[in-house]
Amino acid sequence: MSALTPIAPGLWTDEAEPRLIGARRADGEIVFPVPSGDAAALVEPVALSRKGTLWSWTTQGFEPKEPYNGPQLFQPFLIGYVELPGEVIVETRIVDASPADLAIGMPMEFAVVPFDDARSTYAFRPERQP
Amino acid sequence: MNDDVHIIGAGIHPFGRTDGRSGRDQGVYAVREALTDAGIEWGDVEFAYGGSAAAGSADIMVNELGLTSVPFINVANGCATGGSALTAARNAIAAGACDIALAVGFDKHPRGAFNAKPSDYGLPEWYGETGMMLTTQFFALKIQRYMALHGISRRTLGLVAEKAFRNGTLCEHAWRRSPVDLDTILSAPIVNDPLTKYMFCSPAEGAVALVLASGKKVRELGSDAIRIASVAFRTRPEGSFEVFAPSISITGGGKPTEVASRAAFEMAGIGPEDISVAQLQDTESGAEIMHMAENGFCDDGEQEQWLAEGWSELGGRMPVNTDGGCLACGEPIGASGLRQVYENTVQLRGRGGARQVPNGPKVGYSHVYGAPGLSAVAILER
Repeated sequence: MSALTPIAPGLWTDEAEPRLIGARRADGEIVFPVPSGDAAALVEPVALSRKGTLWSWTTQGFEPKEPYNGPQLFQPFLIGYVELPGEVIVETRIVDASPADLAIGMPMEFAVVPFDDARSTYAFRPERQP
Repeated sequence: MNDDVHIIGAGIHPFGRTDGRSGRDQGVYAVREALTDAGIEWGDVEFAYGGSAAAGSADIMVNELGLTSVPFINVANGCATGGSALTAARNAIAAGACDIALAVGFDKHPRGAFNAKPSDYGLPEWYGETGMMLTTQFFALKIQRYMALHGISRRTLGLVAEKAFRNGTLCEHAWRRSPVDLDTILSAPIVNDPLTKYMFCSPAEGAVALVLASGKKVRELGSDAIRIASVAFRTRPEGSFEVFAPSISITGGGKPTEVASRAAFEMAGIGPEDISVAQLQDTESGAEIMHMAENGFCDDGEQEQWLAEGWSELGGRMPVNTDGGCLACGEPIGASGLRQVYENTVQLRGRGGARQVPNGPKVGYSHVYGAPGLSAVAILER
């Protein structure tokens, strides 16, 4: 997986246990991703928690039109929002789960996963019980 | 400000698919219908506002309607294009700039779900590339959480769609004119969990035009007029959860619909209990359910009983989406919000035919919602 290139730079940290990079605005509110352009000067990057809870979820059963640029053949996937306590609620892919496994409020953990043959993206998966 | 502004003419081009007729030609058709309905000529229109999302500029219509030198302002405001045109036309009359104004919206979209460009919404390319930039996902994510928090069942989602298709069978401008039973709706393929394909509206074609006039002009013409009690158009407040949102605030916040609804009720000087018929944005079944609460017609969770008891049916305590809404009519973006106002005009004039709300409805409420988080509400009074 180390051969994969991140789908975009600056989305997560380069460390053994990578974390999403959010941005703290002057009023304390955290947003994701870090804004581009002039707005970038008004925020402070902040590494986000690797753990959170499932805020909502849905399935993507059909292949989206452009600008979707995923692997052929299309594989249905899950997406959702994960609430990172005290930080922000982020939209994300959900992996290693089926719809029947998911319940709003369940613990989730961060992962970097393959997106296609060449690129990686970020995701959350149900937290593994110790 | 003179707030004595009325709708005196309403025209519609049937929604759905009309091969061989451009979106703008459908707009011209609707304008002519509206002028005939108002009993005036194109040359009587003193100000015009209109637009589409995907079918070109509205002001080119003067080629077909007549080169009268009328000031014609193109409106390009996404899902609020129609609502913005109506707001502008109303305000032009209220400001005393003219006595007769036109609002027109039309569209013609390709088949299949809308595809949006990330850069148009200030979003990075990866957001679209990874398959997260779909309006259908947003609605599913929003209703999924709402159902968990407020005890709404899948069956209730199905009942909303069943009602829409049933109302559509009674409506000549609707696209879907055949009933679909609850079992078929619930067992259809899932597009985005929990929503099946019958619970989503589709991009479509169609056009609506409304002729507005001052009270003075209404008396002069002796029109069958419906008063615009209020129009309110609002963008999103801080902390709201909207379509195309890579992140949401943990503190929560207001909703553009709540803000627009409160403003419209305040301006009209009435409350939700005074409304006799409502057209609420129903791009999918869950949207109608959530918008019932966001517009103040019920508390969160009460929709379960509303649908079970049929309170939003044509003969119910407050009929919702009497022409089948977006679910039965489809969604030509530029025309969709004006269709709701058209339908309320029809209902308040008592011209609904087989879908007429009984007992002479006096107050109609319409609500449109769209990307990237905006709402427009109009309240009409007989």
